[in-house]
Order: sequence, then structure tokens, then C-alpha cells
Amino acid sequence: MCGIVGLFLKNPALQPELGRLTSQMLKVMTERGPDSAGFAVYGGARHGQTKITVRDLAPAHGAAFERGLADIAGPDMTVAFRDDHMVITVPSEHEKAARRFISSFGHGVAFVSSGDSIELYKGVGLPEAVATRFDLAGMSGTHAIGHTRMATESAVTTAGAHPFSTGPDQCLVHNGSLSNHNTLRRQLVREGLEFATENDSEVAAGYLSWRLSRGERLDEALTAALADLDGFYTFVVGTRDGFAVLRDPVACKPAVIAETDDYVAFASEYRAFARLPGIETATVFEPEPQRVYHWEHAA
Amino acid sequence: MTNMQEIDLAQCTLREANSQLQSEDATGAWAIRNPRGRHALAVGLTAPIDVLIDGQAGYYAGGMNQRATITIEGNAGPGVAENMMSGRTHVRGNASMAAGATGHGGLLVIDGDAGARCGISMKGIDIVVRGSVGHMSAFMAQSGTLVVCGDAGEALGDSLYEAKIFVRGEVRSLGADCEEKDMTAQDTVLLQSLLDSAGITGYPAGSFRLYGSARRLYHFHVDNAAAY
Repeated sequence: MCGIVGLFLKNPALQPELGRLTSQMLKVMTERGPDSAGFAVYGGARHGQTKITVRDLAPAHGAAFERGLADIAGPDMTVAFRDDHMVITVPSEHEKAARRFISSFGHGVAFVSSGDSIELYKGVGLPEAVATRFDLAGMSGTHAIGHTRMATESAVTTAGAHPFSTGPDQCLVHNGSLSNHNTLRRQLVREGLEFATENDSEVAAGYLSWRLSRGERLDEALTAALADLDGFYTFVVGTRDGFAVLRDPVACKPAVIAETDDYVAFASEYRAFARLPGIETATVFEPEPQRVYHWEHAA
Repeated sequence: MTNMQEIDLAQCTLREANSQLQSEDATGAWAIRNPRGRHALAVGLTAPIDVLIDGQAGYYAGGMNQRATITIEGNAGPGVAENMMSGRTHVRGNASMAAGATGHGGLLVIDGDAGARCGISMKGIDIVVRGSVGHMSAFMAQSGTLVVCGDAGEALGDSLYEAKIFVRGEVRSLGADCEEKDMTAQDTVLLQSLLDSAGITGYPAGSFRLYGSARRLYHFHVDNAAAY
């Protein structure tokens, strides 16, 4: 069992509220996933700049890490700390070099996500504690996806917490369990992908990133997933401009969507919506199995 | 309704609310305010009381009901009225998966749509859905009646025993050992009485089709001996 929440804002006036609303929803899903939590928040994209989220850098090496990055990215680089995560913003042309530096730096630092607008935070502990640690309630943005985890397929670690980000501005959260993830992981490794964990959900994320990297649209990649992924799943997938939902054919993992003129909200259970503004008059429905649902901001 | 007794879940715990409703001495009409999608609302009731759930219900609302009349103003989560024994549950919105699962008796009315596996393993409950039902509805249904005024999803009535299924709209596919049956005069009377009980007018009984068990699956057949 796991809990998923998502909030996609149609009304820009709600953007300062994104983090607060998402953290409320995440907390309500604690009973579905009390061992770890995580969330991706999209917003603040600036032309020509790429945000890279990393975590767990040993504090004693912070200065050397920043110096090294500044040598690569120049004076325009900025660094923002949130507890044990940091978001590094670099000119996009220096992203590759910065990523190489991060992966070779050592001292605990682990890559979490990168893209124009994604920031991704995750950790072990009760969802409320994780959200508080990173001050989710104070974050703003266009859309956010969160996950509360009750581990079934791999260890309870920060690396095993969702969301998983395996491509630019992409992230995936999963409720369920995949049965063919080892086979699929081996196939994707042969295609050149790298995986950080033994987690089944990371394979689903990598699979979608792989298809997207070959030029497929998100809905095409998700439709292909219906044939290639075996097991139980409700997925919510985030991209720079929106999010998508997919449920397996049996659809025993719950999912409910609420839509108003101001937002589209996703949750594993309705009670996560109970404090959203205007929920009393929202259109509330369950996404059908095997059907791709997709919401996007105009680019 | 006069003298409605109120329980506000913004002011008390779920357990306190259910304890009051579960009391053998409970009488009259009750309203649960601020349900906010909480699970296990008004479960295990045994007194013939009226309960209004004034909003959205989470999992298992009205489960194991005996004799009470429960109305859910909004949508209901998975397993609404599961294992109901008697009484009546009325969902004014939509119901999620496994509505009326394993129910032994009573009437479940859903004004909207029901999700997957509606009436799974039903054992005597009657379920009337004004909208449509999802895939695998009435899976292994043993007795009772499922009435669907809209459409039914894939694999309707898979591994069906002796429950009856009436569908007015399209059936995407029938499950194993489920087949269309001729409707007898008795079937028409049964269907009409359930539509009347559910307060559904405008759908003549003749506009429905009846589905039941082909009875090829649930008895041992010697030709299948090699399969074991």
C-alpha cells in the first residue's frame, strides 16, 4: 500500500498555495504510507537555467562541492539548501558538466532530479515530518506530486522513496507492485540506462524516460507501458508542463480525481481532498483502468 | 425529518460516532456532519434507524448493516455496504469499487455509477445502480439481484452462481459461464419491484436484458477430470 497525491493548478492565483495544499494532502495519506515520503514541485523555470536537486552531501565537504561547481558553471550558479537536499541552478549549457562533477564527487552526494522547473525532495519518516523538514508548505509552483510509501519491493531508504526522476523534468510515483521489473531493468540497462536502486517503481520511471527519450509523447509512452509492465499500478507521472495518470487493467489500486475551474487534484483516497478550496462543488471521478489521463499547461 | 440527532465528526472521533449508532438502544434519525471521506462510517449498525452521511464517505461505509437505512449524500469509497445483511443503503453520488461486496441481504441503491467489481461475491443482497458498473461486476455472485440501468464493463458475471443480473445498456463483455437468459414473467415482476423500491421510474422492465449462470462451471464435470 502507498499513498499518492497530485495537484495541478489551472488558476495561477493559487500558485503560492501549492506547497501548503500539497502538504495537507500528503499528511492525510500517512496511513497508506508511513515509512517514507517525497514530493516533486514544479515551478520557477527561468529561460536558459537548469535546476539540479541533490541530497545527502556530507556537510564538511559543502564548500569544496560548491567551489567545484562554481568552477564549472561560473558566477551565475546559485545554490539553495533545504535540510539535507540542495537545489543548484546552473546555466543549461553547463548541466552535463555539473552532473558529471556531482556523480564523481563522492562524500555521500546523490543526484535526485534535474530540469527546467522540477525540484524533488524525499526522505524516510512520517510524511508530515518529511514535509516539515523541507518546508513544503512554504513552496509555490504550478503543480506538485507527492507520495507516501509503505515499502513492499525494496528497502526503506531515501533512495527507495518516491518520486523517482529518471529524465529531464520527469518524475513518477507508484502505488502497487510490478512483477516483471527485473527483466525490464536488465533490458533497459542494455539500452544504456542506469538504476540507483532495486526498486520496481524506478524501473517504471526509467522505462517511460527511455520511451520519451526516443521521441514518443507521454501518452504514447504510457500506452506502451500497458503492454510492457506487468503487475499492479496506479501511476502518476509529472512532466514540466503537467501530469498524467494511468491504472493497470485490474485497477485494484485506488485512484480518485477532483477537478474544478482552479485545479485538477489526484489522490489515492477522497479524504485527501477534503480541505481543498471549492471541493464541495468539484467534479469527482475515478480514472478508468487502461486509460491515459493527461493535463498540461500551455507551453 | 424531525428531531434529527446530529454527530459532527469535526467535533468527535469516528469511534465515538459509530458507538452511538451501534447502540442497541439507538432510535430515530441521525445525521453525520463533516464526514470528509473518512473510512468505516456507520458500520455494524443493528438498530432500525435512519442515518444520513452528509457528504463524501471513504471505504466500507455502511458495512455489515442490519436493519438501518443509510443515505450517503455524496460519493462512496471502496466497499460501500460490504457484507450488508439487511436494511437499505442509498448512495446519491457514485460508488467506488466493490460496492455491496459479499452482501447477504437488504437493498443498495446507487444513483450514480459504480466502479469495478460491483456486487463481487454477493450472497443475497439486491443492488440497483442508476448509472453504469465497472469491470468484473457480480464476479462469483451467488444469489441476489444486480440491476444496472446503464452499461456494464468487461467480464460481467464471471464465474457466476445463482445471482440474477439485469442490464439496460451495453455489456462490454460477459465473463466465463455468464450468459443471457430469457426473461420470465417472474423475472419481470422481480425487476419491477426492485426498480420501484429504488424509486427509479421511466425505465420499463422490458428495456432490460437478463444475464445468469450457464451452470457449466460450478459443478464438477467429468470431461474436465484431466485438468486437475
